[in-house]
Amino acid sequence: MGQIIEFTDKGLYCPAGRFYIDPWEPVDKAIITHAHSDHARAGHKAYLSHHDTIPFLQLRLGEHVYQGIGWNELIYLNGVKVSLHPAGHIIGSSQVRIEQQGEVWVVSGDYKVENDGISGAFEPEPCNVFITESTFGLPIYNWKPQETIYNDIRHWIHDNQLAGKTSVLIAYSLGKAQRVLQAVAPLTGNIFVHGAIYNTHQVLTRGGWNLPEVIRVTPELPKDAYKGQVVIAPPSADGTSWMRRFAPFSVGVCSGWMQVRGHQRRRNADAGFALSDHADWKGLLEAVKATGASKVFATHGFQSVFSRYLNEQGIEAAEVKTAFGGEEEEVVTEPEKADE
Amino acid sequence: MKNGQHDTISLAGTGGMQQFAQLVQDLGMSTKTNDKLNALVQYFTHADARDKVWVIALFSGRRPHRTVNSTQLQSWCAELVQLPLWLLEECYHTVGDLSETIALLIPEQLAADRTTGKPLHYYVEQFLQLEKAEEALKKEFILQSWQELSSKERFVFNKLLSSTFRVGVSQNMMVNALAKTVQIEPSVIAHRISGNWDPVTTGFDDLLLAAGDTIDHSKPYPFYLAYAIEEEVANLGAPAEWQAEWKWDGIRGQIIKRNGQVFVWSRGEDLITDKFPEFAVLASRLPDGVVIDGEVLPIKDGQVLNFNVLQTRIGRKNVTKKHLQEAPAGLFAYDLLELDGQDIRHLSLTERRAALEQLIGSLQLPFIQLSPIVAFNDWKQLTEIREQSRSLNSEGLMLKRKSSAYLVGRKRGDWWKWKIDPLTIDAVMIYAQKGTGRRSNLYTDYTFAVKDGDQLVSFAKAYSGLTDKEFALVDAFVKKNSIEKFGPVRTVKPELVFEIAFEGIAASNRHKSGVALRFPRISRWRTDKKADEINTLEDLKKMLERYGK
Repeated sequence: MGQIIEFTDKGLYCPAGRFYIDPWEPVDKAIITHAHSDHARAGHKAYLSHHDTIPFLQLRLGEHVYQGIGWNELIYLNGVKVSLHPAGHIIGSSQVRIEQQGEVWVVSGDYKVENDGISGAFEPEPCNVFITESTFGLPIYNWKPQETIYNDIRHWIHDNQLAGKTSVLIAYSLGKAQRVLQAVAPLTGNIFVHGAIYNTHQVLTRGGWNLPEVIRVTPELPKDAYKGQVVIAPPSADGTSWMRRFAPFSVGVCSGWMQVRGHQRRRNADAGFALSDHADWKGLLEAVKATGASKVFATHGFQSVFSRYLNEQGIEAAEVKTAFGGEEEEVVTEPEKADE
Repeated sequence: MKNGQHDTISLAGTGGMQQFAQLVQDLGMSTKTNDKLNALVQYFTHADARDKVWVIALFSGRRPHRTVNSTQLQSWCAELVQLPLWLLEECYHTVGDLSETIALLIPEQLAADRTTGKPLHYYVEQFLQLEKAEEALKKEFILQSWQELSSKERFVFNKLLSSTFRVGVSQNMMVNALAKTVQIEPSVIAHRISGNWDPVTTGFDDLLLAAGDTIDHSKPYPFYLAYAIEEEVANLGAPAEWQAEWKWDGIRGQIIKRNGQVFVWSRGEDLITDKFPEFAVLASRLPDGVVIDGEVLPIKDGQVLNFNVLQTRIGRKNVTKKHLQEAPAGLFAYDLLELDGQDIRHLSLTERRAALEQLIGSLQLPFIQLSPIVAFNDWKQLTEIREQSRSLNSEGLMLKRKSSAYLVGRKRGDWWKWKIDPLTIDAVMIYAQKGTGRRSNLYTDYTFAVKDGDQLVSFAKAYSGLTDKEFALVDAFVKKNSIEKFGPVRTVKPELVFEIAFEGIAASNRHKSGVALRFPRISRWRTDKKADEINTLEDLKKMLERYGK
């Protein structure tokens, strides 16, 4: 038997099932692990993903043929057993489990092992071969527990309020923004958001998600409205003229990259919070071990370092190049417009 | 930033090391001068007195000597966290700073039962005591400290250990913060914290408030520094109001003779008396109570040599006879700050110069000369004279208002430097390496090559000169076009062409190209040029012939 998944220049391909996972070129059948733009691209003939991912695909990619399934729901694609399992990365994010003649491969997509209370708890799936991301595959990336970081954020907001400044938190509109909302909600009912985050928020509340209320930033709102308040904005808005209305303000960037001072200084952030939707070093190792896989492929991130370390630990591993950001690159910025 | 109110809350009941770590973080993260100043004032108002003295010492270049090297730190850390060394190195190349790498690698849980609250001076003075101790003792102290400190504290602790403390704080800013804290004129503070004092035995109040009963005869004056002139020189007004001098490229220094002793200070506030035995003779020739500001230069038979000549002896521990013959040092005197034990900085430049001329004239020492005044009648004439700078091994001209007093620090208005345009050459990038600090995990350190027939010969490294946006583009190019990996270095497809600017050129047998450049940097990205249109090794050699004497 050949490999259950091949690494092609269009993406990860299952020849027996005749489908791709998160392909970066248009294909006939694509399983989409989650709705971030480097994984979910337009132009495929048919999409399969978790129910909760579908509304975002519709929002971001427009009308296509979408099929939604639940976690642990078994389906057959050309006789190959396929199921989705929670990845804990963002709402709807899933690992893909593929079984053929008793052999099991799991594609992790993006994942984090800490349960953030929104995205579903990561469940390691026993498998023979595990294809894992490695965005933060270096031991310097060790996250603090979510609640500790939330507290840091709340202290920072408090300090800003004392200094008469508006707190602008930078977070990706899908995933991170909802977590930041969770962190901020106990402090205030007045949470202002950028249009891109507002749109995501609308999709979620329409889908029955119970999220704290937000106020959309619009040109009609007087500048006074923001004074000392909290604003959540996507990375694309950081440093643009859109921000001027909040002056005086302080910028706090929420991203795993903020773990390193140099990154934080480069971003010109007043504060950095290493709040990530990806597994940290320990999380990656834990996940790999929990699957019991005898062979591991490491993709996007520090794949060469991570696979070398696994080999030294006695776990056979190899690196795979994918188009989900080249080596060690920053998370691909979502195409979000800075205007409202 | 989160200074001000924030600090008064968080300082209460915290350890000295934590306060110091917070200060370093605030200074590192803030981009505004005022925020930095406030952070310093807060610190100097609330911190432990002995810690404060150490902060003044550390931020003014009085660091403890390095007692362990980075290889030892790496291997001890790898041992403690049980990771292979290669992985630690990978981390280091991504973080771009060993102190921070170690701070991040040691998990916070290990520090759970740490004994908090030890002050900064405890750790610094422990290093000093361990300076000559055997390795095992140093290791024990360092491992113990790593585990009892938090991640932020560990970072500053490592910075102290490796003696690589760099904070974005100028001497001026610290002086201003201290002045604001203790309500004393900045110029007085600047003088008090200069010179030779020992942070172990000097109290905060002794240093700043009382003049003290022990007189420090070596104490230099703060240097007066000039900004580069940006406008047309003609706008400076009447040429007769100005004095022009050559701008020399050496070590700016002060020679002090007091109480029968000679002291030589560099602008970096290092006492460099021992590095220049040439000046020892001044102990018997200069009168007491004299301070001269000037440039230490390689001077042979009255001629200023290329600064590169002096560089061969600066870094050496011992200056040998051979050095003294091949790279003899001398002084070009600019100014006189003290005469007969009196501070004369308030006098006009013309008056000080007259006194200086008399003093230097009376010495009759060939290696102590007056920096000549460049005579000129109008600005156009001076502009032409400036063109000769490079052939005299000078960097350009200094313009000083004749009525100016000798001020403290970098000031606009009365003194200007007017440098000549740098030399430039077009080159192609062939190697790239990740940067440090705010450029960590980005390829920002490049090696450039010129053509030699169909070969490429590397000749310079440069780290600065591009905007953040350009660096990001080059970084993306490197990631897509790297050919081979040698440790942290990537060989890159030779495609991107840059104009490299530099201040001087000298022959060198340490470099493959045979030349060493002074202050090379990227002046612009030549997106209009292809790799086969770059300059040649022949072009470099012609420059060497012309300017590299």
